[in-house]
Order: sequence, then structure tokens, then C-alpha cells
Amino acid sequence: MEHTAHAETAGNKIIFSVWFGLLGLTVLELVLAYRDLPLETMLSILMVLSVFKAALIIAYFMHLRYERASLFVTLIPALVFVLIMMTAIFADGSRLAHMRSLLQ
Amino acid sequence: MSSSISAAGRGGHDADALWGGDALPYAVPSKKLGMWLFIVSDAITFSAVIFAYGYLRLASSAWPRPFETPSIVNATVMTFVLLSSSVAMVLAVRASALGKVSGAVGWLVATALGGVIFDVLHIREWLGLIGEGVRPFHNPWGTPMFGAAFFTMTGLHMLHVTIGVVYLLIIAVGFRRRKFSALDVEVSGLYWHFVDLVWMFIFPLVYLLSAKMA
Repeated sequence: MEHTAHAETAGNKIIFSVWFGLLGLTVLELVLAYRDLPLETMLSILMVLSVFKAALIIAYFMHLRYERASLFVTLIPALVFVLIMMTAIFADGSRLAHMRSLLQ
Repeated sequence: MSSSISAAGRGGHDADALWGGDALPYAVPSKKLGMWLFIVSDAITFSAVIFAYGYLRLASSAWPRPFETPSIVNATVMTFVLLSSSVAMVLAVRASALGKVSGAVGWLVATALGGVIFDVLHIREWLGLIGEGVRPFHNPWGTPMFGAAFFTMTGLHMLHVTIGVVYLLIIAVGFRRRKFSALDVEVSGLYWHFVDLVWMFIFPLVYLLSAKMA
């Protein structure tokens, strides 16, 4: 395709590095899962690692790194903003947990 | 057709300017932009389900942690299979762009095969849980909504994998018959990588955070 031919694309070296990186991060997550960490700490670490893995997939496998920056600017910040807005429901989740503890 | 669009997208704009594409600021074919827009909306759908799970788990005093080591190993293997199928997909897109028809078809079939293996492993996991008595609104361990959250999240993802397998095979057949272009292969690749990406969140949230400690 002409539209990809003009842009630089990820070569084998990059693709296989990303693949091994993703497998390695998965193993790291697996090892962490069996550490005796508080749930909140574990959740935070695992989510940071997952966001990093997702970023690798989007940038290299989905090729977004090699598209025009306008595509990234249009798609990703709005999505991140929506996800941040959705965290508002967690306040209600902890309110429910609190009320349940009052009843017990 | 797509090449004329991209040529127009690149013609007459300053390559350094973010919005310099005039009528085609993204300089991608419409099909590709369409798939990206679908992916963003589908990401929000998945997020809603994942956030609902977070809400339920936060509101529950004792969320079950039923996944013993074999389940965790199974889910890890599923993750490896899906990640590897994504690499096969990258190779399919590359082969199709170079006009290597049999190479592209072979990698597309390999990608779809990865999806089938993923589904088989996952269905085995589901049957194991159902055998233990997990239902959408009750289970042996307490918190009734565990099953609903688990089956909805993993089921929606499994549906995406299954649709992806069918989609990739249709593209493979069509590409061999010259009915579909390399662009169609690339667009199907975007979908497949997205399904892979979603699993990168479901795997830690559903499995790793519910691993049964020895």
C-alpha cells in the first residue's frame, strides 16, 4: 500500500523486541501476582504494566507511531479523558462498602 | 482507490504540520480511519464492563479468589498465544503489503489459529468454573455477582476473539481471490491487535488479582 510505503515501518528487529518485551512483562506480572502485597499496591503496579503493554501494542503492532500525529491526537487523549471520567463511579463503590460495614 | 486517497492526503501539505492534510488531515484511507473509530468506541464498551467489575469488587467485602495455579498457568498460556498471534498478524500485514499472497494468507491463518487455541483454552476454563458451581448470580464462595462479572468480561472478550477468527479467515480467502486488498488485511490487523490489547487488562484484573494464594 502506498500509504504505508512512504512512512517508515517497524522492522523485524523492533517487532520481535516488542514481542519479547510483552512476554517478559507478562512473566513479571505473573511473578508479582504471587507476592504478598496489599491489593491496592498490586492493582496499581499491574495497571501501570498493562498500560505500558497496551502502549507497545498500539505504537508498534497497530502502527500508530508511524501514522501522522494528528491521528493519535484525535483518538487517544479523548479516550483517556473518558476513562478518567468513568472512575467517578468508584466513589459510590466505596460508599456501598462503607455502608455495608455499618450494617454488620 | 485507497492509494489515490492517500496520495491526495499527502499532496500539498507541509509534512511537519500536525493538521496539514487539508481535507484529509490523517492521511489514512477511510476504511482504516473507520476501524480506528470503531476501536475507540469498543474500548469504551470494554472499559464500562471492566469499571463495573471494579465497582462491584470495591463494594464487596470478600470478593472470591478462586483461581488456583493451573488456572493462572492456563491464563498465562492464553496471553502468550494471543501475543504471538499478534506477531503473526504483523507478518501477514507486511506480506500483504509486499504482494506476497500465499505468505499473507499463511500468516492470517496462523493468526486465526492462535485465536482458536485461545478460545479452546478459555472455554475449558469456563467449563471448569461452571463445574465448580459458578453461575451468573451465585457461586460456592459468597459474593453472588462474581459470576456475572467474570462471565460478562471474559465472554465479551471471547466473542471478540471468535468474531476476529471468522473475520481473519474471510479476509484470507478474499485476499487469495484478489477480492480484498492489502489495506483490508491491515484493517483486520488493527481489530486483532485491539482484541489482544484488551486481554492485557482482563488477564491481570480478572486472573492475577484473583489468584488463590497457597
